[in-house]
Amino acid sequence: MSEQPYKSLKDLPRSHALSPGTAMCAGCGGLEALHEALDVLGRKTVVVNAAGCMTLLANYPYTPFHGSWLYTSMASAPAGAQGVRDALDILRDRGRLADTDDLTAVVLTGDGSAYGMGLSATSAAIERGLDFIYLCYDNEGYGNTGQQSSAATPHAAKTSTSAGTQGYAGEKKDLFAVWAAHKPSYVATVIGADPLDLARKVQRAAALKGPRLILALAPCPTGWDFDPGDTVEIGRLAVKTGIWPLKEYADGRIVHTRVPNPRVPVEEYLTRQGRFRHLFEPERNDALIAAIQARVDRYWDDVG
Amino acid sequence: MSRLLMTGNAAAAWGARLAGVEYVPAFPITPQTEIIEMLAGWCERGEMSARLTMYESEHSMVTGAASAAATGVRTFTATSSQGLLYAMEMVFAAPGWRAPFVLVNVSRALASPITLEPDHTDVLAARDSGFIQIHCATCQEVLDSVLIAYRLAEHPRVRLPVLVNQDGFHLSFTREPVDLPEEARVRAFLPPFDAHQAGFRASRPVSQVVAVLGGSPYSYFRYQVHLAQREALDVYDELAAEFAAAFGRHHGAIETYRCDDAEVVFVLIGSLAGQAKQAADRLREAGLKVGVVRPRLLRPYPASALRAALRGKQAVAVVDQNLSMGSGGVLYAELAGALQGCEYMPLLVSFIGGLGGRDIGDAEFFAMANEARDAARRREVPEPRLLYTARELRELRKLQAIAGTGGVQEETR
Ligand SMILES: Cc1ncc(C[n+]2csc(CCOP(=O)(O)OP(=O)(O)O)c2C)c(N)n1
Ligand code: SF4
Ligand SMILES: [Mg+2]
Repeated sequence: MSEQPYKSLKDLPRSHALSPGTAMCAGCGGLEALHEALDVLGRKTVVVNAAGCMTLLANYPYTPFHGSWLYTSMASAPAGAQGVRDALDILRDRGRLADTDDLTAVVLTGDGSAYGMGLSATSAAIERGLDFIYLCYDNEGYGNTGQQSSAATPHAAKTSTSAGTQGYAGEKKDLFAVWAAHKPSYVATVIGADPLDLARKVQRAAALKGPRLILALAPCPTGWDFDPGDTVEIGRLAVKTGIWPLKEYADGRIVHTRVPNPRVPVEEYLTRQGRFRHLFEPERNDALIAAIQARVDRYWDDVG
Repeated sequence: MSRLLMTGNAAAAWGARLAGVEYVPAFPITPQTEIIEMLAGWCERGEMSARLTMYESEHSMVTGAASAAATGVRTFTATSSQGLLYAMEMVFAAPGWRAPFVLVNVSRALASPITLEPDHTDVLAARDSGFIQIHCATCQEVLDSVLIAYRLAEHPRVRLPVLVNQDGFHLSFTREPVDLPEEARVRAFLPPFDAHQAGFRASRPVSQVVAVLGGSPYSYFRYQVHLAQREALDVYDELAAEFAAAFGRHHGAIETYRCDDAEVVFVLIGSLAGQAKQAADRLREAGLKVGVVRPRLLRPYPASALRAALRGKQAVAVVDQNLSMGSGGVLYAELAGALQGCEYMPLLVSFIGGLGGRDIGDAEFFAMANEARDAARRREVPEPRLLYTARELRELRKLQAIAGTGGVQEETR
């Protein structure tokens, strides 16, 4: 891992920590973010996974990881990271683990775990000051089981459990704020479509100790219903419209690392995804589109 | 060696301490709390060089235990009842990791309704998990079993987590004299954990718990756990002999009491064995030759030892301190399966008793023995029966009268 902060795309790592050829869908935005993050973190990692799409990365007898892997359950990946970290510390203290053999515990889960079932285990791990990095790929639904709505599903999105004309009635939970309220070492939102911003944040996280979250919005062609070739474009639009603010929390301060100005209307983002088609066809739902736009505007107004 | 009065909980904690446990993931539940409080105190005062981490649930606690064991440290944890069930997803997952650690379960009856008192329905829910199960009848056995459990769990032919069970209240809170073995002699019996090639290291990456495609590799790995359990039967006998040579106490896979010439035998697990043995003595005084068989190992199931102990007996009264609703006693069904098709096997009669800590009195042991013998003479297998007296029912009726009948469902008779 480079010690110098990345200044441009040219500085990003050339060697890859994750091999190609996985069972993920073509154009998977979660895999994109994982690739980019692991390239920065390197191979001295133990990835502790919860049930979700990425569970199928390690498929007997193959694995794309060059580091270690431990699958736990949907609810308890942070607890697995705690057990591994505690054990590594014990081994090191007793001279049974060389410093060069130590590993960074990286929890890898989807939003279903991170926002919901695993949240109690996550909160407790932060509370205990666990030294780990949590990488959440947020595809805004239970992707592996067919994209049912989760606590991360955005308002009005169609999922397989919210397929009516109004889409999902709830609001996306603010996991960034939930984490920041715990006062951990570091919290950041990222997206694979902005690899430089992502790499800088992962680099910054890696240099710290304690609980750290990298929360990646993960455009999901299968669950969001768009062409796999559009993953990067949709990711960029999530940022340009202001729907997915890129920011970080450290030392009690929140800083936006990209401020879209002027902001592209949310409609540009929505029209590209089948999960929002009901907002435009058979009839335009001006009220809902305006509500989504208003929410985004309010967010940025508050940011100031 | 010193002899001390201590509870089953203290014996469990001493077992962990003497075993040289390095890591203790913990979460409290009555009646297990004394175990983790003692360990926490020792760790805090530096009397035990282990790290204790409080988790936020048993599900996380067992995840943490399995993860630490898979990383290569000797790990101990403990729970009970609702906690064991809350952890159940991970209890079933952990054996497949082939990561050895020891979990003490302090048996307590499950909701609903709610009680703190013991029965075995909690631990039997973990029966098919792949955990080895050792069931204790005395506080001494709790301590000794924890030590044996680490040897068994870490044995290269086994490599599985082990659950050591003790009954809530009857053992957990009851003081009995316990021989505390010297640390040096324990270390000779149980050397430090050798994780071999297991564990996560930068220089030696491993993938622990991966997806498989299809039933074939799945069946293979599941059957490996089954075979490791079967191996554990022989390994257990070797270890029990070694333990007896070192400490002078033999804890076999099954305990038999006055069985050689017995006509009727009680089969049961846990601390109830103490009462059963006393009842057997009195029944013998009254002219009926009664013995007791107590499986200590329940997984792996010591079928051939049970067959050998019960061969030629007239009748067996299986006393299940558990209830598999819609079927009956779990021990009864398992024993019937083990004896099926074998020659000279006794007639089995099933009794359900001791649910939620209900006492089983001498008179009931007498009645069970007589009923079992009579059933064998008639060659008729009676329906499973709940030990419950007319007087108890009258007392319950009084409670119901106080509670009122509104909304309460008509009971099944
Ligand atoms: C305890 C439990 N309940 C349900 C499931 C079924 N399940 C597997 S993956 C999954 C969805 C996980 O969603 P998320 O964390 O967002 O990951 P994604 O599938 O989107 O990658 C569910 C519900 C499970 N594995 N375990
Ligand atoms: S469903 Fe979505 S998140 Fe899951 S592998 Fe496919 S593209 Fe990736
Ligand atoms: Mg998801």
